[in-house]
Amino acid sequence: MSEPAIHDGREPLLSVRNLKKYFPVKKGLLIDHTVDHVKAVDDVSFDIYSGETLGLVGESGSGKSTTGYCVLQLLKPTEGSVKFLGQELTTMKAKELREMRREMQIVFQDPYASLNPRMTVGDIVAEPLVIHGIGDRSSRRRSAQRLLEVVGFNPDFINRYPHEFSGGQRQRIGVARALALNPRLIICDEPVSALDVSIQAQILNLLKDLQQEFNLAYLFVAHDLAVVRTMSDRIAVMNRGKLVEYGDAEDVYSNPQDPYTKALLAAVPVPDPRKMRIRREERRKLKGALAEPV
Amino acid sequence: MHAVDGVSFTVDRGQTLGIVGESGCGKSVTAFSIMGLVQPPGRVVGGSVMFDGRELVGRKDKEMQDIRGREIGMIFQDPMTSLNPTLTIGTQITETLRRHLGMTKDEARKRATQLLEEVHIPNAAARLDDYPHRYSGGMRQRVMIAIALSCNPKLLIADEPTTALDVTVQAGILDLLRELREEHGMAMMLITHDMGVIAETADDVNVMYAGQIVEHAQTLDLFDHPEHPYTEALLAALPQIEGEGVREGRLTSIPGRPPDLISPPEGCRFAPRCPYSSTDDCHLIAPELREIRTGHWVRSQHPASERAGQTVGVT
Repeated sequence: MSEPAIHDGREPLLSVRNLKKYFPVKKGLLIDHTVDHVKAVDDVSFDIYSGETLGLVGESGSGKSTTGYCVLQLLKPTEGSVKFLGQELTTMKAKELREMRREMQIVFQDPYASLNPRMTVGDIVAEPLVIHGIGDRSSRRRSAQRLLEVVGFNPDFINRYPHEFSGGQRQRIGVARALALNPRLIICDEPVSALDVSIQAQILNLLKDLQQEFNLAYLFVAHDLAVVRTMSDRIAVMNRGKLVEYGDAEDVYSNPQDPYTKALLAAVPVPDPRKMRIRREERRKLKGALAEPV
Repeated sequence: MHAVDGVSFTVDRGQTLGIVGESGCGKSVTAFSIMGLVQPPGRVVGGSVMFDGRELVGRKDKEMQDIRGREIGMIFQDPMTSLNPTLTIGTQITETLRRHLGMTKDEARKRATQLLEEVHIPNAAARLDDYPHRYSGGMRQRVMIAIALSCNPKLLIADEPTTALDVTVQAGILDLLRELREEHGMAMMLITHDMGVIAETADDVNVMYAGQIVEHAQTLDLFDHPEHPYTEALLAALPQIEGEGVREGRLTSIPGRPPDLISPPEGCRFAPRCPYSSTDDCHLIAPELREIRTGHWVRSQHPASERAGQTVGVT
């Protein structure tokens, strides 16, 4: 595994060490007992520095989303350490953790399921402010308007409901909500995989712009290697719960070390018929590295 | 609402035609119309589908049932829901063989084993008695392909066959489809939203937008010299896996979103999003699909080669 570039001795914003998340497999009728564990995340370590993006890639079931949830403590890690702004999150009390969450937010994959259909867009975007008791009704309303403007909407949209918006527009609302508390880190969990290509480009550009403007750090979780490439400074590749490759994006893509990463990169269909012929040959050679799970 | 409007194309034996477009552009409805599977209240209001010299539009359900499965095979996006979870894989394959080819139970079972072997499922004979939940997503799609191929169809329609699958599994399925198309000399219609999948599999491509074909060309020509502003924008909007400066750069995005097909724009359907639609003509006159050079058709008043004031890539 190649070590990531040194960040001039800067402290990482987020530091994850030996993170494990095991789910028990239980058997038995009235008195169940644990017979085995699914090792969803198995000894994963990485750092994220402020203002940068770490792309976390892998296929379904690789543990990439679970890793994201464990970082936010939405799932309690089985073992390991998650340090954010120098403080250990895994042992924190609920109240302190809530304070910390002001600094770390999440954007979910499904823009249809992640917005409450009964709330107005303004209330959705301002909800984090309500939860954290920030401002009064009118100042929150102004904040919501400002946030909608930041993601490219007319501020008057605060009175509308989610069903009036398309998938891409809903994802903008989700981004606006994540920005409400002015966080330092946003975990983007497959933020564009439900969207069409032309809309996907709009959201990716928005995320890039916001990163510049607010010096945001992203943990960008996705399965699409091309999308991750355009977003990430550094890359972590997961396979079956383990981190198999971790390094600068350029290095990982141009010179992958792990056989799984190689096979994954070779499998991506590129929109170029001539290159595709070459890639198909490469893929044939790498076939051994990938046994399809039965 | 006209989900598909004036779409014409041909697929030749041994060739793969790719149909590419974004959600709601009508690519799947096109396939369902060919198969006679449009659900009421939807209907095919006009047009003709000639298959192997015979007209398919207007046939009775019963006749279409004989054609579907036997002469035209179809595979769908979601291998998790297209198999019946309460029947063994063997039963689901032999069902088709007995329905269409009148095989006996033993014959059908033997053929089913062969078919599973053909789609590279290891230990085929034993796995016939497994239920679908014992198969992974990629394996289920292989089973769907085996079922689609069981009667040696002349045409295989694959509607987003790999969209639900991981990229490494997708590569295996696309390789398999190519291999089988060559072995069986089938024609294939591959419907996808993914330009990469098109580049990988198709000989010819139809690009669809808002219920219409906006560009048709050979795959190489389409990628080398896209003509329609929509095709150009779609290719430019794709994130690249190779190349320099991708992290710093921005993607070319297409402003706005596809039109509502209940009341489509009067003129060119792409005009509201098109960077070249400055003239009033674009918003008033609906362009026809025209052959801009041999084999390359485009529905636009501002195709790339005419904008530049010269023709490109004439071969």
